[in-house]
Amino acid sequence: MEEKIYLYPVWVRVWHWLNALLFFLLVFTGLSMQYAAKDSHLIPFNFSVTIHNICGIILVINFLFFAFANRFTWNGKYYKIQLKGYGRDLWKQIKFYSWGIFEKEPHPFPVTKERKFNPLQQLSYVIAMYLLLPLIIITGLGLMFPELTLTVLFGKSGIWLTDLFHQFLGFFLTIFWLIHLYFCTVGKTATSNFKSMIDGWH
Amino acid sequence: MKNSILISTLIFMSLFVVFHSAFAQDTLKQNKFENAAANHKCLKCHEHRFYTYYNDLSDKNVIRRMNPFYVIDSASFYKQNHCTFQCVDCHDADYAKFPHNGQLQMEEMPTCIDCHEGDENTAKFHFENIYKEYKASIHFKEFGSNFSCWLCHNPHKYKVTARKSKDISKVIIYDNEMCLSCHSKEINFSVLSDSAPKNMIAAHDWLPNQKLHFQHVRCLDCHAKVQNGTMVDHDILPKGKAVKKCVNCHSKNTFLMATLYKFQSRRHRSKFGFLNATILNNSYVIGANRNYILNVVSVVLFALVIIVLIIHGILRIIKK
Repeated sequence: MEEKIYLYPVWVRVWHWLNALLFFLLVFTGLSMQYAAKDSHLIPFNFSVTIHNICGIILVINFLFFAFANRFTWNGKYYKIQLKGYGRDLWKQIKFYSWGIFEKEPHPFPVTKERKFNPLQQLSYVIAMYLLLPLIIITGLGLMFPELTLTVLFGKSGIWLTDLFHQFLGFFLTIFWLIHLYFCTVGKTATSNFKSMIDGWH
Repeated sequence: MKNSILISTLIFMSLFVVFHSAFAQDTLKQNKFENAAANHKCLKCHEHRFYTYYNDLSDKNVIRRMNPFYVIDSASFYKQNHCTFQCVDCHDADYAKFPHNGQLQMEEMPTCIDCHEGDENTAKFHFENIYKEYKASIHFKEFGSNFSCWLCHNPHKYKVTARKSKDISKVIIYDNEMCLSCHSKEINFSVLSDSAPKNMIAAHDWLPNQKLHFQHVRCLDCHAKVQNGTMVDHDILPKGKAVKKCVNCHSKNTFLMATLYKFQSRRHRSKFGFLNATILNNSYVIGANRNYILNVVSVVLFALVIIVLIIHGILRIIKK
């Protein structure tokens, strides 16, 4: 039996599951507001607004904690992309997921203490955590404090443009979330990655 | 030769257009002020806070303060809907004498319906429906004949805006001022009530983003019963019956299309909903503003991702 690695310290697990819970609540309350209707079976509008606002604020704190902890612990190094040979490695991983995985080929970049993420995972996590999340937070704060948002931009309502961008980001983060959930089943067994995120051992 | 005929024709035509429009404007001005001389007999006193008269008994010129409710701003008067009117069209001709006869106080003032009922020229504005709605409103129920059209629509200033203005924000300011001129102004509120008007900001404390709401919707949009008979709803509801559910406006079939945006929506209604209308230039209503194309694109993209993941999963199981 392969030796287990302790990969997810307590703070990563707490941050991760809190992030997951907030994500879940934000997506559903966000959809309930966007598709609000008088006879809707979604979450009631005013309740959605309250939950969305509270979760949004906790998300900001959780994100700042994550960025701060990554800056000062070894966990941050997993997010640093080494540009040399990166394109080739990325292609190798894409080929594995679209072909090799069905042919029982070994994982091209198995998880080690030095490399938690495969190149594709690394790219998607960096985009999600360091690009999409900060942008969705900034646009969200702009909507929470509309007096800070430009009233009119290019002859259109600044709030409308901000919200359109916020929803656009929300949509791509939801797509990320779906793919993330699916690829969590690509472990040794379908549930082993979920277990790792609970007990910390990979 | 041909060219010179063409040029002189063009010059003649453009001169005609210039003169014609100048003349047309002139006639309009003339019409607007055609009764100005007659009205001046009243306005020379009534447009000032103080008026002077010669007192026969004391043999002196006396300066008196005008009742503030009787001070008429002549500049606003000649800009309003009934600017061509003579004062005596509505008021008794005996007011020409000073001091005014005390009995004149008892004259019944005409209201909108007295002139506009059955009037073919204004039939499309449905004054009969407006009157019916007004009779059902809390204002009439509470105060009966002590309330009248004129308490909201100042007869010496009132100018139609919702129907004529393309700028929704101006309509909102104009209409809200009509309500606030009593509901947040003690001197006018005290005409009908012993108590002071409530603080409108505190009374709407529950409303999230209060400032944005106040800037982008009218009091009427929540406080009047939505009906189809008129372009502006006149059945003002009692406090407890006002709209308080967010989803009434923040939804696909938003109330706002039947209230604030009634004029605009009739002009711009289309399959793509709000997006192509002028409405979005002024405000954004989450839940109501929807973009048809983006909605379709997002659903398709979402479905594609799920399908790809399902196929990937099935292939993994089969190849196991």
